[in-house]
Amino acid sequence: MTDTTHTDPYASAQDTTGGKVFTVTGHDWDSVVAGIDGDAEERVVVNMGPQHPSTHGVLRLILELDGETVTECRCGIGYLHTGIEKTMEYRNWTQGVTLCTRMDYLSNFHYEAAYCLAIERLLGIENDVPDKATVMRVLLMEINRISSHLVAIATGGMEIGALTVMTIGFRERELCLDLFELITGLRMNNSFIRPGGVSQDLPPESLDKVAEFVAVMKKRLPEYAALCNENAIFKARLVDVGYLDLAGCLALGISGPVLRSTGYDWDLRKRQPYCGYETYDFDVPTRDTADAYGRFRIRLDEMYESLRIIEQCAERLRGMAGQPVMVGDRKIGWPAQLAIGSDGMGNSLDHIRHIMGESMEALIHHFKLVTEGFRVPTGQAYVAVESPRGELGCHLVSDGGTRPYRAHFRDPSFTNLQAAPAMTEGGQIADVVVAVASLDPVMGGVDR
Amino acid sequence: MSDSSSENRPAEPPPAGQPSGVPEEPVGERSMRDKPAAERSIQDKSLNDKSVILSDDPGPLPPRQDLDVVDVRHGMFGAEGTGDTSGFDGLVRQVAIPGATERPYGGWFDAAADRLEAVLKSSGLPDALDKVVVHRGEITFHVKRERLVEVVQQLRDDPQLRFEFCSGVSGVHFPNELGAELHAVYHLLSMTHNRRIRVEVTCPEADPHIPSVVSVYPTNDWHERETFDFFGIVFDGHPALTRIEMPDDWPGHPQRKDYPLGGVPVEYKGAMIPPPDQRRSYS
Repeated sequence: MTDTTHTDPYASAQDTTGGKVFTVTGHDWDSVVAGIDGDAEERVVVNMGPQHPSTHGVLRLILELDGETVTECRCGIGYLHTGIEKTMEYRNWTQGVTLCTRMDYLSNFHYEAAYCLAIERLLGIENDVPDKATVMRVLLMEINRISSHLVAIATGGMEIGALTVMTIGFRERELCLDLFELITGLRMNNSFIRPGGVSQDLPPESLDKVAEFVAVMKKRLPEYAALCNENAIFKARLVDVGYLDLAGCLALGISGPVLRSTGYDWDLRKRQPYCGYETYDFDVPTRDTADAYGRFRIRLDEMYESLRIIEQCAERLRGMAGQPVMVGDRKIGWPAQLAIGSDGMGNSLDHIRHIMGESMEALIHHFKLVTEGFRVPTGQAYVAVESPRGELGCHLVSDGGTRPYRAHFRDPSFTNLQAAPAMTEGGQIADVVVAVASLDPVMGGVDR
Repeated sequence: MSDSSSENRPAEPPPAGQPSGVPEEPVGERSMRDKPAAERSIQDKSLNDKSVILSDDPGPLPPRQDLDVVDVRHGMFGAEGTGDTSGFDGLVRQVAIPGATERPYGGWFDAAADRLEAVLKSSGLPDALDKVVVHRGEITFHVKRERLVEVVQQLRDDPQLRFEFCSGVSGVHFPNELGAELHAVYHLLSMTHNRRIRVEVTCPEADPHIPSVVSVYPTNDWHERETFDFFGIVFDGHPALTRIEMPDDWPGHPQRKDYPLGGVPVEYKGAMIPPPDQRRSYS
């Protein structure tokens, strides 16, 4: 070690059991270069993140480099941990929806659905959820899948410098969020799917808007294909990058588009249908390249399939006007007969008249539900749904009380991120962002 | 077990071996107290609660099942001592989770359980399974913790079982289930046979060690770190068992039930609202 490193306050070097480690904080590369001058190995440990724009949120990658080659990659996570699972234990079952929708904020409807399906299994009311509520869940989940894939492609494009891919991705995502706003009242963190159904009926003009959305997307999705599919620069960055074969996927528990990029058409919507997915006509796109390009193409193709499902949902919903969207049991269905009043959104005057003037029983139900919540029989349930990122599992344990005793989410981003070392080690440092983007981790879901 | 309740519903077999004399549903505590003791019983809510709407096709009858008491709660709203004016001070509620199920389990559960038992017997581990629980259409194998790795190895490798996909491990803390306070719950998926099972292992808080299954399912690397982080279960044999979500120097394990949620009281219209974990709650 030369004297330079000792005198520079911003770059220190120390010998560890793993070799010499340099701490780099800024404009001190000269010191580092001087420091490793005498060493035979050109090994640098670079800390990428947690605020690097190319790491999908607050992901920290610790890369050990040999020149431009990544020799070791470690993920540091936990920067976005907010203890949602712990907080859920102190809120009632219905309020849990509001919390779990904030986990993976890009595919929140899948979290709400998995959580509510698990509660419904524990309650034993899986078959009593109204058809209309189930179709609305599917509709929202598939719009959500499109918006999530759009962000995956948009940010993935941005990270390799394709800014147009980013801008058009977010442009189309706005259309999805507009639909969410119209149907649920909120653009994100909707907490719209509730145990026993959904919180509100469809607004009257929504199916027309959904049809408009589908028409627009059918025009615009081919733009992505025209822009990217055969783009030489795009392919040069993505093809054969982030390779992970089927054995690697199964060993590491990888699911979703990454698994399907190995050629295995595993999709829970087809294999273990929930919410009536077996009654919809759609295909499961696969690729056998097992690389980032294959995953990009799968996400693109899945958006077309989601559009097909959305069309079928809209068709069914047209024939379901006036049907209930919440389970008939008044001891479970949250009282959400909302209407716009002079002071904003609130319970409708009809509902207030009903509980205050007409039915003592209704008042009791309203009061008990809002103050205490409903009780869920003891036991545990695990429900898995196919989120845009793969198998999203919700493990719920009930002690017979009004709150979840334990709520655990098996988050696909969390699990898939374990593949980052396998995909990046031995490759170029520039390919790290491509490989991580092809995993599409959302740190809100990873850290929960 | 009350005879009268089973007479009312002859179509459904009564759960066997229940502790009696304790209501499961404090919602109806007043009426429960008025009832004779024989009628009070812990039961699966789906069997006796009329508020749960039974579907047109209830499917196969639920198998006979014991209940395991994991906790006993007294009173209501967290009120204790002479200051308890809630009127619920005499309330006692046992928290009983579904226990061992008697055969037949129904569906493919029997075949899978048979195969697992046969495979374990032939590999010299006839006592590896503690019990099998079937509840809500899901099957749970309770495994002795010292046999966990051998059992999941067989579950993964036997061609008739072939649970090649592990969805990770989730911890559960029952602070009053003496000797088995900490549970580790594994969800396994067989893509080959399109089946899901659950494997559950317990360990006492005083000796929170469970063997790591990373050698069989590498995906459990981060999941076990997470469960160690939140519950303090030490997975022996894990390649690098460190905290993953909390900072490295964090004291305690936040998801344990005796770890407070934290928070500060908030004033609202002149009243002080205590933090969520100190508010009154329905026990």
